[in-house]
Amino acid sequence: MNEHLPILLIIIPLIVAMAARLSVRLSVPFTRGLVLAAALAVLACGAGALAETLARGEPWSYHVSGWPPPWGIELVIDPLSGGLAVLVAFFGLAALVYAGPYLQGRTPREQGSFYALFLLTMAGLLGMCVTGDLFNLFVFLEISSLAAYALIAFGGRRAIVAALRYLIIGTAAACFYLLGVGYLYAVTGSLNMADLAVLLPPLMDSPAVILAVVLIVAGLGIKTALFPLHGWLPDAYSYAPAPVLAFLAAVMTKVSAYALYRILYFVTEAAGPVSVTLEVLGWMAAAGILFGSVMAIAQRDFWRMLAYSSVAQVGYIILGLAVGNVLALYGALLHIVSHSLAKGGLFFVAGGVNWETGVRRVPDFVGMAGKMPLTMAAFVVAAFSMIGLPPTLGFFSKWYLVLGCLEAGAWVFVAVLIVSSLLTAVYFFRVIENAYLKGKDDARAAPPFRPAGRRFRLELPAGMLLPILVLSIGVAVLGLFNEQIISNVIHYALPGMLP
Amino acid sequence: MFGQYYHLLDHLAGYASWWLIGVLFLIGLYGIIVKENLLKKIMALNVMQVAVILFFLNTAQKSGATLAVLLPGETAGAVDVYVNPLPAALMLTAIVVSLAVMGVAMALVIQVYRCYGSLEEPEVLRRMHK
Repeated sequence: MNEHLPILLIIIPLIVAMAARLSVRLSVPFTRGLVLAAALAVLACGAGALAETLARGEPWSYHVSGWPPPWGIELVIDPLSGGLAVLVAFFGLAALVYAGPYLQGRTPREQGSFYALFLLTMAGLLGMCVTGDLFNLFVFLEISSLAAYALIAFGGRRAIVAALRYLIIGTAAACFYLLGVGYLYAVTGSLNMADLAVLLPPLMDSPAVILAVVLIVAGLGIKTALFPLHGWLPDAYSYAPAPVLAFLAAVMTKVSAYALYRILYFVTEAAGPVSVTLEVLGWMAAAGILFGSVMAIAQRDFWRMLAYSSVAQVGYIILGLAVGNVLALYGALLHIVSHSLAKGGLFFVAGGVNWETGVRRVPDFVGMAGKMPLTMAAFVVAAFSMIGLPPTLGFFSKWYLVLGCLEAGAWVFVAVLIVSSLLTAVYFFRVIENAYLKGKDDARAAPPFRPAGRRFRLELPAGMLLPILVLSIGVAVLGLFNEQIISNVIHYALPGMLP
Repeated sequence: MFGQYYHLLDHLAGYASWWLIGVLFLIGLYGIIVKENLLKKIMALNVMQVAVILFFLNTAQKSGATLAVLLPGETAGAVDVYVNPLPAALMLTAIVVSLAVMGVAMALVIQVYRCYGSLEEPEVLRRMHK
């Protein structure tokens, strides 16, 4: 059982997704239990696999159905892919817990479809994390994307159009990626990442490899929502249902960024045309950081503001990859963790506020701190992490990014990082000001309505409040232990650090 | 008469299929960007996917080679006697993926038409933001 952990990560959600759609005809609570148990099992598998590879000190290669690597499909668990798989599994579980109250009004059929699609998205993302084969990555990319399009369409009338537009752009992106993989295959005759890393170096300057790198970066760049390619993101994020949105915003773009990192640093080893590509990516990311932050300030809708903030925050990760020294890569990988926790938490908060009070626009947040104290406290912690105030995790990831840029002598990037932190502070403090400082007098005038029969009432259903609180506490606590995360996991996720 | 262009003709004879696939891919991309009807966009998307599928199959081709199937009573020949079977196997998967994409896209298109009564993108966006 233990030696099959890598494949179980993918198989469990796939099988339970199929089962959920059937078992929902029998009993909805049973299905919900089954789905949550599956998500928990996946999290346990991911944690077990990560612990195993850290204990071994070398990547754990799993051969699907026993075929050895260059011919068969290889799954690779190393600290990088294992760590990301744990993150994906954790957010899957958190979003499924959160989705419980959200789905209550829906018919059993809709609930079954929701759970099935959600688990399919999860299976696809986990597969993208652990696969060691470029074509297999494409298949998992399409599984996760297709299920995600359908999940976004759950959000109602406007979400359907957003989902369809995302589908068109996303499928075009997958075509670009696949064409790039085709060029690599035509040049080397292999699709295995480790095998390609051996075969590619003498060929790096051939036009075919240059074209392949450009096509792959364009394809994955669209999926990551890197600045000029981010057009699908604001609409898709504004109209999707909250649990889906938190999951997608937290991990989906990160997994594509991870695939980019894996291909640029582990397959092509940042040599030849890739170093030029990285330079271009760095400038695109810097432009995206400023653009996303400014656009976020311009938004009146809270959800849309967070969506544009995502465009900016993905830029940080790509910027770290582009600078590419040890400190900047620490920063980029730590930012994957910190941004998922903070942005996942923020979208949970946005969904919770909308669920309880129907508020979406920033000006309507006046007096929210009195109505929903715990939720808004969690919001403040997550917002501090996004801005980069110590001791939250976001401070440390930005700190490493700035140190990396200083070491590389990239002064423009340092300036961009600092300016964008200020811009982030502007749009989050606007919300905090509305929620905490304005409207005190109104609150005193009209005491909050309390139902007579019950003395104590949670501001949100427990299933929604729990993930919000866990994430906000996680942001603060992991910030204190960031040194342990870096020296025990992230350090081994850098190229050349594992033997 | 066209003596000095023979190398060009040679080039076309050897690479015409690649150029055609490239043109097909760009036609698909053009359709996605320029066409305003959502259904036409999806058709263009399919053209793009077909171009990629043909690209992979084209990498496997060799003139004068046969299928990589060993019939009873035959002995295996050298590698260049056989067409590379791997791209065909990969593209079988890619065709299934493109089928799934079409399925989801058509389902969404039907929903869009039901909700908005139109498939012209500017019109749908106008009604969506109203």
